[in-house]
Amino acid sequence: MSKIAEGLLYSESHEWVKVDGNVAIIGVSDFAQGEMGDITYVEMPDVDDEVSAGDDFGALESVKTSSELVAPVSGKVVARNDELEDRPELINEDAYEAWIIKVEMSDKAELDALLNAASYAEIAK
Amino acid sequence: MKQTCLHDLHVELGAKMSPFAGYDMPIQYSGIIDEHNAVRHAAGVFDVSHMGEIFVSGPDAEKYVNHIFTNDVRTLVPGAVLYGMMLYPDGGTVDDLLVYKESGPDHFLLVVNAANVDKDYAWMKEQSDGFDVKLDNQSDAWGQIAVQGPEAEKAVCDALGFQEASALSFYTFVDVEREGRRVILSRTGYTGEDGFEIYADPAHIRNYWNILLASGVKPCGLGCRDTLRFEAGLPLYGDELTADISPIMAGLGMFCKLDKPEFIGKEALAAQKANGVARKLVGIELADKAVPRHGYPVELEEGTEVGVVTTGYHSISLEKSICFALVDSAYAALGTPLRVRVRKNTFPGVVVKKRFYQTNYKK
Repeated sequence: MSKIAEGLLYSESHEWVKVDGNVAIIGVSDFAQGEMGDITYVEMPDVDDEVSAGDDFGALESVKTSSELVAPVSGKVVARNDELEDRPELINEDAYEAWIIKVEMSDKAELDALLNAASYAEIAK
Repeated sequence: MKQTCLHDLHVELGAKMSPFAGYDMPIQYSGIIDEHNAVRHAAGVFDVSHMGEIFVSGPDAEKYVNHIFTNDVRTLVPGAVLYGMMLYPDGGTVDDLLVYKESGPDHFLLVVNAANVDKDYAWMKEQSDGFDVKLDNQSDAWGQIAVQGPEAEKAVCDALGFQEASALSFYTFVDVEREGRRVILSRTGYTGEDGFEIYADPAHIRNYWNILLASGVKPCGLGCRDTLRFEAGLPLYGDELTADISPIMAGLGMFCKLDKPEFIGKEALAAQKANGVARKLVGIELADKAVPRHGYPVELEEGTEVGVVTTGYHSISLEKSICFALVDSAYAALGTPLRVRVRKNTFPGVVVKKRFYQTNYKK
């Protein structure tokens, strides 16, 4: 049974968003890491890159498969978790601790399209 | 969907299950990396009961097997195992397989890929016209486990009590009788490590599986079976060998004996050898951590596509991104710089030997 953290927003493509003022902290759900297995590589955008909601902004590679990361919101990348470069397995260890990027949102209304924990629980199984 | 004789035990262990070759098979238990490392450094056991066992017997058995098989079985002594392929007349590959030379005269066991059992058996029957042979597809009656890794011999000798195991060299086998049933103990495998493949009836296979797990041998799924065979430079039918990929293209010419009087596909292979082939299978090592996957394009620096990835991983044992790729022969030489397209970007690499990992077989 995968863990779903309360208080976060989720996309149908299994990213989570933690809202901190105007900044969206983005990672992938515990369900997603469980489906992928041992994660070996995280492809991330650079700081100052623009991402747009619905487009991919990077990818996760596990031993067996690769999966694109889809931006849940639009905006400018203000930080990325460089620790994942050497330790991608942190996502397996705690998917909600291992954030991937932080985005300064250009349109907070995009958050309305995301799911709350209860709704996400319906699709993450 | 079919189930092997160990299916309920996989489910009980919490394996991640997935369809493969018509069977519901375990992909992983503890995790691909953990299982992969167990085989490299200790011992792991795989359920490979889905593999096909086709017995060939009769006065013309040797002549017939040599007719459909690229390698030469004439010099085999009983107890020997030989790797090779069955080909179409145009040199394309029907399957790659192991041939076991049995102790009775004119008896052979052919072990074929699970996904190809029906196709192979139909093909073999078609080719048997004019030969005095009996073909017997016993695939559903046999279970099979592979015990692989540096500690495999100890596990098979001590835990399973097969004292015969120590005397076997790689690519030999011995028949053992247990409670009146035939058990085939074969020093073979598909991991690049020393190991054994054990063929027996479902009840014995279940018993051996349980004993091995209780003795600390790690259950391993098809996930690490692929990462292990790939690192060891071993082809997988469907990726590196297909109806469109001949053994010459795949770099497996050493298993095709063109000095045999005849075999199906011999003329095509001889022509390929003499005239060269359009595409060849190579190994590519990438400088970056991006992972090449089956189907990704291989390109030149300026963007021309010259090939395609057949299997690729971020190698667990070598900790770098490597792949097999089928490329235009002009770019197949060792040291040739090639790029692999991974999503939006291309990453630089270089052609290297396909045996990425130094294998540890028992001589």
